[in-house]
Amino acid sequence: MKRHGWCLAAAFIALLIIVPLAVVLASVFSPERAIWQHLLEHVLPGLLGNTFRLVVGVAIGVTLLGVSLAWLTAVCEFPGRRFFSWALLLPLAMPAYVTAFVYVALLDFTGPLQTGLRELAGGPVAFPPIRSAGGVIMVMSLALYPYVYLLARNAFLTQGRRALEAAQSLGYSRKAGFFKVALPLARPWIMAGLMLALMETLADFGTVAVFNYDTFTTAIYKTWFGLFSLQGASQLASVLILLVFALIAAEQFSRRGLRFTQAGRHTRMERIVLSGSHAWLASGFAAVVLLVAFAIPVVQLLVWAEKVVAQDFDARYLGFLWHSLLLGGLAAALIVVAALVLIYAQRQHDDTWTRAMARIATLGYAVPGPVLAVGIVIPLAWLDQQLIGAARNWFGIDTGLILQGTLLVMLPAYLTRFLAVGYNPIDSAMQRVTRNLDEAAHSLGVSGLAMLRRVHLPMLRGGLLSAAALVFVDVMKEMPITLMTRPFGWDTLAVRIFEMTSEGEWERAALPSVALVLAGLLPVALLMKHTEKS
Amino acid sequence: MMTRSIQCPVPVPGAPLLEVQEIRQAYGSQEVVKGLSFGLAQGSIGCLLGPSGCGKTTVLRGVAGFEPVTGGEIVLNGASVSRPGFMLPPEQRRIGMVFQDYALFPHLSVADNIAFGLHGMNRQDKALRVAELLEVVGLPDSGRKFPHELSGGQQQRVALARALAPCPALLLLDEPFSSLDVELRERLGQEVREIIKQQNTTALIVTHDQHEAFAIADEIGVMHQGVLQQWDSAYNLYHQPASRFVADFIGEGVLIAGTALNGEQVETELGLLKGEIPEACRDRRKVEVLLRPDDIVHDDASPMQAEVVHKAFRGADILYTLQLSSGQKVLSLVPSHHNHAYGEKIGIRLEADHVVVFPCA
Repeated sequence: MKRHGWCLAAAFIALLIIVPLAVVLASVFSPERAIWQHLLEHVLPGLLGNTFRLVVGVAIGVTLLGVSLAWLTAVCEFPGRRFFSWALLLPLAMPAYVTAFVYVALLDFTGPLQTGLRELAGGPVAFPPIRSAGGVIMVMSLALYPYVYLLARNAFLTQGRRALEAAQSLGYSRKAGFFKVALPLARPWIMAGLMLALMETLADFGTVAVFNYDTFTTAIYKTWFGLFSLQGASQLASVLILLVFALIAAEQFSRRGLRFTQAGRHTRMERIVLSGSHAWLASGFAAVVLLVAFAIPVVQLLVWAEKVVAQDFDARYLGFLWHSLLLGGLAAALIVVAALVLIYAQRQHDDTWTRAMARIATLGYAVPGPVLAVGIVIPLAWLDQQLIGAARNWFGIDTGLILQGTLLVMLPAYLTRFLAVGYNPIDSAMQRVTRNLDEAAHSLGVSGLAMLRRVHLPMLRGGLLSAAALVFVDVMKEMPITLMTRPFGWDTLAVRIFEMTSEGEWERAALPSVALVLAGLLPVALLMKHTEKS
Repeated sequence: MMTRSIQCPVPVPGAPLLEVQEIRQAYGSQEVVKGLSFGLAQGSIGCLLGPSGCGKTTVLRGVAGFEPVTGGEIVLNGASVSRPGFMLPPEQRRIGMVFQDYALFPHLSVADNIAFGLHGMNRQDKALRVAELLEVVGLPDSGRKFPHELSGGQQQRVALARALAPCPALLLLDEPFSSLDVELRERLGQEVREIIKQQNTTALIVTHDQHEAFAIADEIGVMHQGVLQQWDSAYNLYHQPASRFVADFIGEGVLIAGTALNGEQVETELGLLKGEIPEACRDRRKVEVLLRPDDIVHDDASPMQAEVVHKAFRGADILYTLQLSSGQKVLSLVPSHHNHAYGEKIGIRLEADHVVVFPCA
């Protein structure tokens, strides 16, 4: 009886992702001919081309940046190596769309750089346009390389040096050893980081919106809110979700290798000390990346924010801040509870069914926000119609929209999208609460809620806190779901940034951006603490 | 002299505490305990001994109330606590349990771990009881430490103190020494025995290590494939094994072929031996005789010769594996100054006044 309760709760949470996905995918099988025809002829070719260019470009960019920096900081010795090891994670705190508008502002035709160059030359200068595939790829690579960096560095630290020793003992030079041994060994980790970065790329909305670079996410938005065609948006969403599935399949495939490599303790080994010019080249490279990906945007944001703070920091701004904090807090609480339910369901009733429910429920991290928004609004709109009809028929009341435009749409979407973010830290904390600990408590006469309070919560506290913090920050930075499903008047910092940047008001977008970057530093600090420990 | 904070009830020696009656236990469709019975009197220490996978831990967890029984009954202190369809939850059984991995709460200090099961006591009494137990397990100054700051042996003692703190009627220990090194094991085994005796507790321990069992228990049950082979004292298990499995599992020895002559004599290639012959085997039936290493002594003057095929040096003694002319191998424990080389033939003599005889399979 009790066990059924847990299973049902887990199934309900899983349903929250199954329903939107099913709704979106169903539109593949029931295409509305007119819409589909239009999409096929005029929209899809361009979107697919843009998406393909973007994915390939970002893949190359993050791999080159992430792997090279990981290798330098994990295995080599050069001036500033210690500092760069952690500082190179800082760009994780920057929402890509913030980096994006800073560089669009700086490098556009009317920006300070091009204007300055023109003045120097006294005439027009040939400068590559920033609002282009190249521009988006550059900004996204700078924002997303830390995923690859983090995982590749971990791989190099645990095995790279030892593998290199082995290669050297077999007569390979260090350089040959890198390509022959260390890189192939780290491949599964690099692939995992790359997949994370690419999923972010496919899900991205804010960055491509700043660049006016049309991809599926922006097309869904425009179809929905520009052409008012939820059907069309759903068709586009179904194509995007198929692309994501393909990527997940590729990720699963690449993960096969992880099993064969062991993460044993790494032996101490002398770092490769880079000499003279090489050392400075390494420091210079790391410094340039850090400067471009973090320092320059942050400084620029601060300068702008300082200019507009007197004028913009008013009651309305406090409203944005309050909405962001409230949504982040609500979502964090909701997700922590949902994650606990899933984890307890598995603990109480560890069978394939419950495990499958948990796996499905945490798949949402891979589903782009616009897809979720469409998939949740369609069934709720239908439900709304039924409710309104019922109210009119039975009670003679005209209720207007009941569910749409409320938190009932938004919070489930957040829950689905970020459940995995909260689930993982709690799950790993729960691993430490062994069954023997439960039984020890039982044998000492402590069970039920008392056990939860005296044993589980104290042991899970760290995990719960990081889960809440990570979700909180992710929701604050989230743009498309918030934009598409927010209740009327519920503008957040992210929505404010979207509105200001779409009008080219870069300076006024800086103030909310500073708040988001500050919040974003929190999970990065958690991550650094964690990396130092291991 | 320390004042006792709480008075644990003093057991009535000899009164039955635990009765396990014909219990059956299963994981899914696989039955792992097949009709097992034994009893423990108050104040005694019992032990379930057997190779891994024999079902001994399942029985212990059944007694604790973590696993149900599919047949039979477990009676604790006169009350039925487990029978098919019913299982009194562990927290209502007044048991204490020491887990294989100790299961100390990592977020609590040593003192808080020990105080964990002390319900409904005021702060002062709790502190007294904790101090008392820390004293008992020889860690008087470690109350403020955390589990990870202690060595394995120390964590073991804290686990014991935590289990003993609420005065359990029955203390259960699941392979309590398996994660310690061998040297520490036997010493701690004796220490734990003294502590249990001093605390007037009844205990049931599970182990696969017979030396551990001998060091700690009064009565030992040898289990094999879910069946209790024999429940007896260590002496009797060694000298009067009830089955071939017990004979083989406890101590060292070999079975050699013989022929039963009458009620109490067996003829073997080593000579005539005295022993109790099972009813069915009399009149020249083939039987097997258990010979322990101390049943065969080395004697240079003996006409009977055997070849050294293996030797294991054990300090005071050497355990020789000797091959008789028939090819049969026997064991002999010889004082270690009789150091013979491999392949050498040495004189041996039987010195067994009473041997155990098994009917031929």
